[in-house]
Order: sequence, then C-alpha cells, then structure tokens
Amino acid sequence: MNMHAKEEKGMTLIVKTVTRLTLGFILLYGIYIALSGHASPGGGFAGGVIVALSFVHIMLAFGKEVALKRLHSNMLRFSIGISALVFLYIVMVKFSGGCMPVNVFFARSISCEIFNNEVTIPLCQMVIVSAGMFTTFVALVLLSKTDKDAE
Amino acid sequence: MIEIHLILLFMITAAVIAVEVKDLLSSVVAIGSVGIGLSLAFLVLKAPDLAIMQLVVEILSLIILVRATMRKDLPFSISGRWVFNTFATIFFLIVFLTAAYIALKNIQSFGNPVLGISKTYIDKGMEMTGASNVVAAITLNFRSLDSLGEAMALLTSVIGILAVARRIGYNKRS
Amino acid sequence: MSVYVLCFILFSIGLYCVLRKRNLIKIIIGIGIMEYAVNLFFILIGYRFEGRSPIYAHDKVIKNMVDPLPQAVVLTSIVIGLSVTLMLIAVAMRIYERYKTFDITKINRLKG
Repeated sequence: MNMHAKEEKGMTLIVKTVTRLTLGFILLYGIYIALSGHASPGGGFAGGVIVALSFVHIMLAFGKEVALKRLHSNMLRFSIGISALVFLYIVMVKFSGGCMPVNVFFARSISCEIFNNEVTIPLCQMVIVSAGMFTTFVALVLLSKTDKDAE
Repeated sequence: MIEIHLILLFMITAAVIAVEVKDLLSSVVAIGSVGIGLSLAFLVLKAPDLAIMQLVVEILSLIILVRATMRKDLPFSISGRWVFNTFATIFFLIVFLTAAYIALKNIQSFGNPVLGISKTYIDKGMEMTGASNVVAAITLNFRSLDSLGEAMALLTSVIGILAVARRIGYNKRS
Repeated sequence: MSVYVLCFILFSIGLYCVLRKRNLIKIIIGIGIMEYAVNLFFILIGYRFEGRSPIYAHDKVIKNMVDPLPQAVVLTSIVIGLSVTLMLIAVAMRIYERYKTFDITKINRLKG
C-alpha cells in the first residue's frame, strides 16, 4: 500500500486489516438495529451509537487524519442540522393535527402514521446520535492532544 | 430469583472496588464492569431493549473515560476539610436512607406490579400502532414528543461540549 | 424486598463517592453509579414474576408481560445520562489543562 508514511500512526498492521474487513458489517448491523426497532429489540438510539462506534473504531485503528478525511466535520454538522430540521417538521405536523404536508410532498398511498413514526424517527435519531457522539469523541481527543502538547 | 441477587452483589463489589482503588485506570475499568453487570441485570429482568442500549453506551463512555484518564494519575489524600466532609457525608446518607425506608414501606412488593396506564398500552398497542415491540410503540407513537425532546437534550449536550472543548480563544495567551 | 435493599446500597455507594472523594474523575464515576442504581430501580418496580418481555409474536397469545412503561422511560434516561457524563468529562479535561490537577481543593486560583 502507499501508506508507508502513515504506518507509524495508529495501531499495528493486524488491527488495521481486521478493521478494514469488519467495518462494513458493523455499519450494516447498526443500520439494521435502527430500522427494525419496531419489531424486535433495538431502536434508533442503540443503532446510532453502534454506527458512531464504527467511526470511533476507524479513528482508534488508523489515527485521526484518516478518519477525518473519510468523514469531514462539515458533513457532521450538516447531517445534525438536517436531522434536527426533520424533527422540527414532524413536531409541526403533529401540532397541526394532521398529515397534510406529508400528502403534499409525497404520494398519497403512503400512510402518514407509519411514514412519520416508524421509519423517519429512527432514521433521524440514528443520524443525530451517531454524528453527535462522533463529534464529541473527536472534540475530546483533540482536547487531550492539545493538553499533551502543552506539557 | 437468585440470579438477580448474584448480579446485584457483583455490581456492589465492583462499585466498591471502583470507589476505593487508588489507580484511576483500574477505577475506570471497574466502573465498566458495573455497567456490564447492569446490562446482564436488564437481560434477566426481561428488558432486551435496555440491555442492548446499556451495553453499547457503556462501551462508548468507557472508551472516552480511558482516553480522558490515560497517564493522568495522581495520589489523592484526605487531609484537608476532613471534619466538614465527613459530617456532610453522614448527614446526606442519613437523609437518603430515611427517605428510602419510608418509600420501601409504601411500595408494592417485588414481582407484582400495579399496571396503571400501561394496561392500555399492552392491550391495545398492537392494533393501535402496528408495532409488535411495545416499548418501541410507546417511545415512537404514544410518547413520541418525549423521544424528540430526548434528542434535543443530546443536541444541547453536543453544542455544550463543542463550546467547552474549542481551541480558539483559549490558547491565545500561552 | 431484599432486591430493593441491595439497589439502595448501590445508590449509597455512589453518594458516598460523590461526597467524600476529592478527585474529579472519582466524582464522575460516583455520579455514574447513582445513575445505574436509579435505572435499575425503575426496572425492578416493573418486573413481574413469570413475566415475558414486552414483544408480541405473530401467531401466539402472550400473557403476563412485564410493565413496558418504565422501560420506555429508562431508555430516555440512559441517553441523557450519557450526555451528562460526556459533558462532565469535557469540563474536567478543560480544568486539568488549566490547573494541571484533578484535586478539587487545589482548584482555587482565579485565572481568567
């Protein structure tokens, strides 16, 4: 590989290879936990924390440059903001007492109750929790890094 | 129900070790074992959602605590403010134990819950929401605004952490 | 009843740790122990003997479910406890960077 310069950062070669192999499965498992929460144990928050743990996994194995290059911080802020706006939209639909905006924006055949509650809320919870937790982890690691430099 | 007693005794032992050990890293590992014991207790008490949630949250907070306390060890002494500290501890423990005793006399016995509104949730949750998991039906349908407020609390925490941990403006003088 | 008493003992250990110890990380750990005890107490109240977990199956009738309402409340409580813990860790690390110590009796200098 062309990563000889970055071979010093992070952990050993075995950990990096295993991380590269298992990363997709961890992401997929988190999305499955989040989306099947209404039929089996799980839910949006547990799935979101599992997705955040997969990013933390990259960061612990490869060092922070690779992880932040793969998932930029502007994208994190953007996804948190979009999910919060979708939550605001759901609350406005609930308070207006009906599902009128849903039927304007999407096809009429979608039942608004199922659309609002069992797909949209877990997805937004997953995005908010995973992006928020990973942002927190990055902030705390950067904080400890400046602490080490100050000494 | 002997297994829940065993798990609780394990949790109490690990908590005592976490409080009393001198090394910070050992203390953090002990608090992780308390969390794993809590996850097992949720599994025994028939709450699989909470078992998954507690396990995952425990792993994340353990990673962050280890990152925070790595190579920052310091001996802690109990020299200063000894009298005031002891009296405050004894006073608050007495207050808590009195309140716990009063609550323990009035609570229902273990294993026979009084089902108030949750009887409605159990009986009609399936046909009103279509979700076969009753906990998901409560958090996503009956009390969905509660769940949205929880997400807002998380967002507020993230904003606060980003404000505390920012580097611009803190390192300007040094 | 003895399960409730053990749960209260766990809470008392957390309260002792918060009030007695002088290390900031120990105080965060004590708050975590208290939070675990309260969550466990909620679930213990809703437990029922010979109960089943609150998930319906397709073709069979399930009676004797445990109380699902405390589980939904505790699901909220766990996430809020996680965010409180992370916030406390961030503040503690910032204090360590300023004062080079975790001891709460030595954090008394005024530094703007």
